[in-house]
Amino acid sequence: MISSLDRSRIFVLLLLAALALLPIVATIGGEEFYIGQFRRILIFAIAAISLDLILGYGGMVSLGHAAFLGAGAYVVAILVHHASEETRFLGFIPGTFEPLIAWPAAMLVSAALAFFIGLVSLRTSGVYFIMITLAFAQMVYYVFVSWRAYGGDDGLRFRGGDTLAGFIDLGNDVVFYYVVFAVLLGVLYLGQRLVKSRFGRVIEGCRENERRMRALGFPTYRYKLTAFTLAGAVAGLAGALFATQESYISPSIMHWTRSGDLIIMVILGGMGTLYGPLVGAVVFMLMEKFLPDYTQHWQIVFGPILVLIVLFARRGVFGWLLPARPGGGGHG
Amino acid sequence: MPLLLFLEQTLNGLQFGVTLFLMAAGLTLVLGIMNMVNLAHGAFYMLGAYFAATLVPITGSFLVSIVLALAGAAAVGLLTEVVALRTLYSRDHLDQVLATFGLILFFRELVKILWGPIAIFMDVPALFSGRVEIVPGAPYPVYRLVVLAVGVGVGGFLWWLIARTRLGMLIRAGASNREMVGALGIDIKLLYTLVFALGCGLAALAGMMAGPLYVVDIGMGDDILIKTFVVIVIGGIGSVRGAFVAAIIVGMVDTFGRILPSQFGLSATLAEISIYVLMAAVLLWKPRGLFPAAG
Repeated sequence: MISSLDRSRIFVLLLLAALALLPIVATIGGEEFYIGQFRRILIFAIAAISLDLILGYGGMVSLGHAAFLGAGAYVVAILVHHASEETRFLGFIPGTFEPLIAWPAAMLVSAALAFFIGLVSLRTSGVYFIMITLAFAQMVYYVFVSWRAYGGDDGLRFRGGDTLAGFIDLGNDVVFYYVVFAVLLGVLYLGQRLVKSRFGRVIEGCRENERRMRALGFPTYRYKLTAFTLAGAVAGLAGALFATQESYISPSIMHWTRSGDLIIMVILGGMGTLYGPLVGAVVFMLMEKFLPDYTQHWQIVFGPILVLIVLFARRGVFGWLLPARPGGGGHG
Repeated sequence: MPLLLFLEQTLNGLQFGVTLFLMAAGLTLVLGIMNMVNLAHGAFYMLGAYFAATLVPITGSFLVSIVLALAGAAAVGLLTEVVALRTLYSRDHLDQVLATFGLILFFRELVKILWGPIAIFMDVPALFSGRVEIVPGAPYPVYRLVVLAVGVGVGGFLWWLIARTRLGMLIRAGASNREMVGALGIDIKLLYTLVFALGCGLAALAGMMAGPLYVVDIGMGDDILIKTFVVIVIGGIGSVRGAFVAAIIVGMVDTFGRILPSQFGLSATLAEISIYVLMAAVLLWKPRGLFPAAG
């Protein structure tokens, strides 16, 4: 008899194996189109996993996560833009084509942004927290909408920045797919280590009962801020990959409805499971891609489905595989 | 800044402020009393505008259209509450965010099917289409003044409703202690449904009055929703009075945020973010808003 824990482990392994084989199968089948499609999905999965760290494990309902995604994407876009124009950002920061510099820079900027937004937002909780994260994200969104130097509302198109470490050609669909896949595996591995560490336990404790954690002597605010900043950095990395993939970036990537999409991915797959958001991203983005083929108005079906999921199946796809958590698996 | 421009912008700010207030009043009640985050509130703003824009050519009367559109939007609100939202009151905020996000998708697509994706333009009703010189030399659109008057009127009505009527008393009691109100034999479910429908009606009113000033399109509810949240957070969740004060402040800051930078030769880059900076500042000073509701 297979226990439910094994069942979920087998499911994850099968999923990862399928994703690993996808470019090969797609190339043989002559459907290279799917490679780019799934690369996009993996990138959003990374963003969704980073949201799961604070939403699923930390119980922080952030409705502004897309801001970090967008900030990371813009860092890459701006650096490459300046490199090809041979100008400097703000007059002194030179651009670069090298992803090994641009991607970490994107993580750094997103982390800094998350730190400052978290600094204010995490003083509040409940509804206030939801709305403040939303409002801050909207603020970042408008900064880029009105920043004419980088295309403003129309977005910024750029060329280059797709040679990693001087020899890995990200312009090659398959190569870039495996780079993204490797990043995803890295994020999953480190995420797994993180949530099982003492730090992860404290974050989960804050979700279950923050007052008790404080009474136990944990500086919960600092723990939550650290988690929030980390999640921002990983979302920034996803944004950087996204910018490199698209060679184009516009503020629409950080519209607040995008943050809503990310939450949907996390819930759809199963919150607080790390692998769940990956499943959720695959399911959500495949629906977004292929349902319009059947009906142009797929959202009129998807909206009510979302309501039904919330009402009746809130543990998500992954929730069916995992055993019920002690205490009902609820979140705060 | 020239005095006349200043006066004109002040009126614009007030007019935008009362529009925000109409949105915020319903939302803050729903949030304060039922502890319910409703992202779909902007959908009713949009529906109100679409209903009115459709009815005006049919009925030929702006007033009749407004009454019908109000009733229609409130009815849709009522239906939504009974079918989908009622069971969410006891859930946590994340569930509410998700489910009402689903409702947004539904309503947006519904509008797209019924009215098409192209924006509709609504004419200012002929009766209010002129301009009036409040101060000599500064003609101001009558319609905007009407919007301002309606907003202030609704504000007065809400104050009366909440402070002076039995229904208002129950609403306030429900906000403080809903179990107690239920235990005293009040049908709290019905009360919630009524409050929700009232909120939807107010949002629809805001939408249909904004219709002729801006443009009626599918995204119209999204942006104002966020500004409404800012208003509610600044005002203090659950406080209608707070919503009014905050709405006027936000309306002013937003309007002058657009005008002032260009007056001083700065780019308007920071205009859109002024209200968010304001919100962050208020929250650092008073984490529960300017007028924290009791309970």
